[in-house]
Order: sequence, then structure tokens, then C-alpha cells
Amino acid sequence: MNTDQAARAGYRRFLERRSFIEMNARERVRAVLDPGTFREMLDPFDRIKSPWLPLQGIVAQADDGVVLARGTLQAKPALIAAIEGAYQGGSMGEVSGAKIAGALELALDDCAQGRLIWPVLLFETGGVRLQEANLGLAAIAEIHAAIIALRRYVPVVGVIAGMVGCFGGMSLAAAVCTHLIVTPQARLGMNGPEVIEQEAGIEELDATDRGLIWSLIGGEQRYAAGFADDLLEDDADAVAAAIRKAISTGPASARAPARSMQVERYAELIRAIDPDQPPDSESLRRLWKPKALP
Amino acid sequence: MSVESGLSRRGRIWFDALTGGAAAPLSALRSVCVADAALGSETARFIAVVPDAQNRFPRARAGEVGLDEGWALAHHVRATIAEGVDGTRRPIIAIVDVSSQAYGRREELLGIHLACAAAADAYASARLAGHPVIALLVGKAMSGAFLAHGYQANRIIALDSPEVMVHAMGKQAAARITRSSVEEMEKLGERIAPVAYDIRSYARLGLLHKLVEGINADAPGRIDVDRVRAELLAAITDARAGASGLACRLTSPAARKTRAASIEVRRRLAEQWRSAEQGRSAEQGRSVEQGRSAEQGRSAEQGRSAEQGDVRS
Repeated sequence: MNTDQAARAGYRRFLERRSFIEMNARERVRAVLDPGTFREMLDPFDRIKSPWLPLQGIVAQADDGVVLARGTLQAKPALIAAIEGAYQGGSMGEVSGAKIAGALELALDDCAQGRLIWPVLLFETGGVRLQEANLGLAAIAEIHAAIIALRRYVPVVGVIAGMVGCFGGMSLAAAVCTHLIVTPQARLGMNGPEVIEQEAGIEELDATDRGLIWSLIGGEQRYAAGFADDLLEDDADAVAAAIRKAISTGPASARAPARSMQVERYAELIRAIDPDQPPDSESLRRLWKPKALP
Repeated sequence: MSVESGLSRRGRIWFDALTGGAAAPLSALRSVCVADAALGSETARFIAVVPDAQNRFPRARAGEVGLDEGWALAHHVRATIAEGVDGTRRPIIAIVDVSSQAYGRREELLGIHLACAAAADAYASARLAGHPVIALLVGKAMSGAFLAHGYQANRIIALDSPEVMVHAMGKQAAARITRSSVEEMEKLGERIAPVAYDIRSYARLGLLHKLVEGINADAPGRIDVDRVRAELLAAITDARAGASGLACRLTSPAARKTRAASIEVRRRLAEQWRSAEQGRSAEQGRSVEQGRSAEQGRSAEQGRSAEQGDVRS
């Protein structure tokens, strides 16, 4: 193939690509599941809304910004939970948090009884919804608990596509997943840049310096430094394929432990850091580059 | 104002009180206190995160859970699990007085989210392995720091004291982010329990196993310490008798009232869970068969997905 043809083929692929990022949460779930298998639970017609937002003069959406569905992934029973980033910044309130935690708990019950079901989380969240503060935080702890328990039976796959990213307590949820998929438009961080600037001052971090922010917590950096397992272009088919590949691993004993379980490795990497001369993004990629898989 | 002033000593005070102050320190990190000490007829592992004005990470000098702290917590909790494989699942007591996770540029680059996740992961894994994990709230239990250190416990008990607080974000920061004032936030908390900071409001959410009243939290005497020990023992007994998950946080009368939506979501989900599966099997009879069949089906699936992975990637 000559260069022209290659360029043309690349362009065609680009045109045919379906953006995952531009999809809303419900469209994303449909794009991930096997065609025709989407079965939503607690859909908007169930009208389980936040009881706390109306008390503060905010209109509550009928699904509280979380889409839950069962279906199949290459014929395997699957549970997909997707957070709608366009609603309240994808924040976790009592209901949205309970939807995710409750669904994972039911999947856990099934797995414990030998009926395996593969969970996938599509993150797009700023973390706790401040209007429901402690009930959001409590739900996030329950989400962590469920992921960690489920991981003993099946790989738990997380996807951060963007553009909201994954922050706050939910960044911990992404970190305890067995397998984490990001795009270059994803951001993964515990504290949002604005919060860091407010808490620690502009000399610590200038939240308006977008280049700097992306170099710290952007998807490419997170993948290159070993905080994520796959870096994908914004392509719904590629996301769907990567999820299928991630769940095609064997039993738990044969899988690499989740990153958050690799305590001695990371404790050693952190010990080797000199806080007075911290590495920049580039050098961290070299220092922490994940070891090649056997 | 020096770094030291205004820092809570609660974590250190209660760590010393409960471990007798004489226990051999197990942690090389000054900001993470770890010791084994008698509790009733057995030995428990006590863990606290405390301020360290010389912390090598400047953003973690005020008792925050930083990078070193998160990984140290994970290490010491997992060490307890490893020591318990012979069958004695020792209690783990997380003494909680943490002002926040460390906010900083270095922290983000180096994965503070992963360090905190590792700690939460270790506590949850200890709970699942059968260790009674008890969180004892003696001061602030804030946000990501609480998620890392304490929130995965089987049972949470708290001292009834004005300085004991639980929240998703510090008061000043939350006021700035929501563009309101601290006064307005306090007023809102009086009306809406989940946004309040004080431990009595938190108790109304039904997440606490016990609010321990009448304790001198800053200068505990022998009677105070003995009472807290008794509460820890009662919580351990209760945890051992219960399930390894966190469902107990939805069963108290307070939870049934304030977390009614959390309970309702789970009830309706359970109702729809099977029918969502059946809907699938009606439409996808053939693939269900494949998915359900044993080893043969599974290896066939693996073959297919590997193929697809090749084609698409």
C-alpha cells in the first residue's frame, strides 16, 4: 500500500469512527453491550430521584444520572453502570450511588452462588455531590466495597472516556478495578485542579494551566505511567472491543492483581521519590513504566 | 501560624491511650502509628494517621493521608492479613482523625488516588478475610482520607464530641466551591442532615454502629479509656456475628428513616434484577446457552474475543 492509500484508509476509518465521548450514558451502555441485549433497570420511568436536591431548589432528574443495564458481552452475562457526566457533573448522590452499589451487590450475590456476571463501570464523575455530601461519600465507600468483593470472582472493568473525567472518591473506585481503560480525553485524579489551587495556593498548582493539568492527570500520562491498562482513541467500537478483551481472562488466580493490591511495588516506587526534586511527567513515565507482561 | 499549632492531637492521644503508649512501634513512618496491644482476651492491631511537621511531603504535614501514608496503611493492614492466615483473624482498629487527603501537584502526578485506594482495598480485604475491622472516630473523618482510613470497617463507632466530624469536603473549601458562606452551610446542615458536619447529625444517617457519649476526648482518663475499650469489644463481637459486607449500614432505625432512598433503590433493583436477565434470555436464547455452558463454551468465547480483539485493535 502506498502512502496515499494508507492515508485514505486512515481517513475512512476516522470518518466511520463513532465517538464514544459524544454519547450520553445510555447510548454508551448500548454501544458496549451485544446488540439487542440492553435491559435497563431503574429506568427514568421508575422515577427514583434524589430526595435531597429538591430541598435545595434543584430539579432532580428521574434517573439521578446513572444508567444501569443488564445484557451480554460476547454472550457473557454483564452488568453495565454508566454515569451521566452532563447531569450534576456526574456527581454521586444517595440515589445515583445506591444504584451503582446496589447493582454491584446483586452481581456479587450471583457470583458468590456460581452465576457469574461481568461488571463494567463507565465513569464520568466529579466525585461526591456536595448537596448530598455524607450520603454520597457513604455510597462511594459501598461502591469500593462491592468492587473489591466482586473482583475475587470476575474482573471488574472501568472505563474513563471523558470529558468530565473521574475525580474524588470515585477515582479510588477506578483504581480498585481489575482493568482500567482510558482515552486521551480522560482525566483521572483525586483532587480536582480548582480544589488543589484553592486548598494549596496557585504556587502549588495553577488550575488555569490546562497543558500542565493534562500532563499530570490526562489519559495519555496515566496510561504511560502505568495507572491505566489501555489507552484508546475515542471510538465506541474500540471501547467495546477492549472491554471484551479485558473480560476474556481466565480465573482470578490467573489474573494480575489490581494495581491497588500491588502494595510493595508501589510503596517502593514512592520511597524512591525525592519530594524536593519530584520527577516531571516525562521522567515519571520512564521511572514507573509498567514491567512488560510475560 | 506554625504548622504545629491548630493541629489535632486526638489521633495520637487515643492511639497512646489504647495501646498503653508502650507498645513497640511497627511503623517506620512518623505519620502512621501502628502497634499491637491487648484488647479483651486477644491482641488487636491499632492504626492511626497523625500530624508530622517534618513529613517529607509538605502537603501531608497536618495529618492528611498522603502518598506515604496511603501505602503504609495498605502495607500494615495487609501484613495483619498475612499474619492471620493460620486462622486467628485479629481485630484491626482504625483510629480516625484525618483532616483530608493530601492536596498537591506532586500528589496527583504520583497517584494519590491509587495510594488511598490501596489503603481502602487493604481494609476491605481484611474485612472480607474475616478480620473484625472497627473504625473509631475521635476527630475529623474527612472525605478521601476517611475513605482510605476507616470507611471500609465492619463497624464505625464515634466519640460524641464537637470536634468529631464527617464530611466530603472541608467547611471553608465547600463554602467556596458552592459559592455560599460557612454560616449558610451550617444553616443548611441543620435542615438537611447529610450536608452537616457534626457527628450527631451524622449519627442520624444510620451509618454509625454507636455514638459513645460522655467521653473526655482530649484528655481521656482511665474510665474513659475502659469505656471505649468496652465499646470496641462489643463492636468486634457484633462484627464477628454479622456478615462480611457493609449491609449493616442500612438496617438501623436511623438508616431506615434517613437512607430510605438507598434501601428503596436496592429493593426495586432486586425486583428487576431477574426480569432484566429473563428479558435477555428470551431474546438471546442461543447465546445464553453458550454463556452458561461450562469450560467448553468459555474457551470458545475466549477464542472469539481474542479474534475480535485482533481485528479491532
